[in-house]
Amino acid sequence: MHYGSLLLDSIGFFDSLPLAKLEVGHHFYWHIGNKTVHGQVFINTWIVIGLLLIASIAATRNIQRIPSGIQNLMEYALEYVRDLTKAQIGEKEYRPWVPFVGTLFLFIFVANWSGALVPWKLFEIPEGELAAPTNDINTTVALALLVSLAYFFAGFRKKGLGYFAKYIEPTPVLLPIAILEDFTKPLSLSFRLFGNILADELVVAVLVLLVPLFIPLPVMMLGLFTSAIQALVFATLAAAYIHEALEGHGEEEAH
Amino acid sequence: MDPLVQAASVVAAALAIGLAAIGPGIGQGNASGSAVEGIARQPEAEGKIRGTLLLTLAFMESLTIYGLVIALVLLFANPFS
Repeated sequence: MHYGSLLLDSIGFFDSLPLAKLEVGHHFYWHIGNKTVHGQVFINTWIVIGLLLIASIAATRNIQRIPSGIQNLMEYALEYVRDLTKAQIGEKEYRPWVPFVGTLFLFIFVANWSGALVPWKLFEIPEGELAAPTNDINTTVALALLVSLAYFFAGFRKKGLGYFAKYIEPTPVLLPIAILEDFTKPLSLSFRLFGNILADELVVAVLVLLVPLFIPLPVMMLGLFTSAIQALVFATLAAAYIHEALEGHGEEEAH
Repeated sequence: MDPLVQAASVVAAALAIGLAAIGPGIGQGNASGSAVEGIARQPEAEGKIRGTLLLTLAFMESLTIYGLVIALVLLFANPFS
């Protein structure tokens, strides 16, 4: 995605402090074949994946009957995502979806917090700056499309082509709305995550620009809180969509 | 960039975020008020109410965020420039 000329550059307000410079739309471009990708997003995504891998391997390498340290933490994380999935999808069918929902939750959570907790400004890259991978719309759209694929897959595996019955289930009049829903789901999922994370970083950046010390701290805390909540919301909604695809419309009363 | 487009974009960005804040503001106020009422009536259910409240607040928040996304697009990635 290439951004056009930047309106705020021409206003010239945000260039006064180099440390708090706002950079939206500046990217560290990598050219792979004839595609252009945002390099800083890739670097940070790999860092996040690496962190999660190291945590999982460290937790499972030497499993004790009485957990302690990192194993305890990861067991807590597992129980948390398992309960989250169970609450949305239900007792009977939740188990196969725990890895998917759990991965979404952990990845988004660690990605969001990595952007807020690590002082990325200290690492120089040629262009743009390192930040949370989720503040790039491409990452969140990819995650949201994965959720779309997942719930279609869930519906097809359970009901086959009968899955499409849900589009005309109460009445065929609502067919356009039912189809529209499939497009608005990934749209709202991706925009919600992207907007929240970018908004956090922008608010912190603007406050640092105005008052460099101490005043931005409460807002940073709020940012950490919102980031965690957004990870939870994304995972919850993903599980809720999968549940909807598994259930269909008319079956709720059946059990 | 055309100064007219620039001026219109800045005003539109301000309007987008401002108008998008009205509805969720009212909604979040209502939800929080009801949650406080519920906790006052039944203090032992506080944990459950708080969890649900935070989740619903995040949903309402996202409506403002949609306005913010529009504002950011107008400011940083203006399609009409």
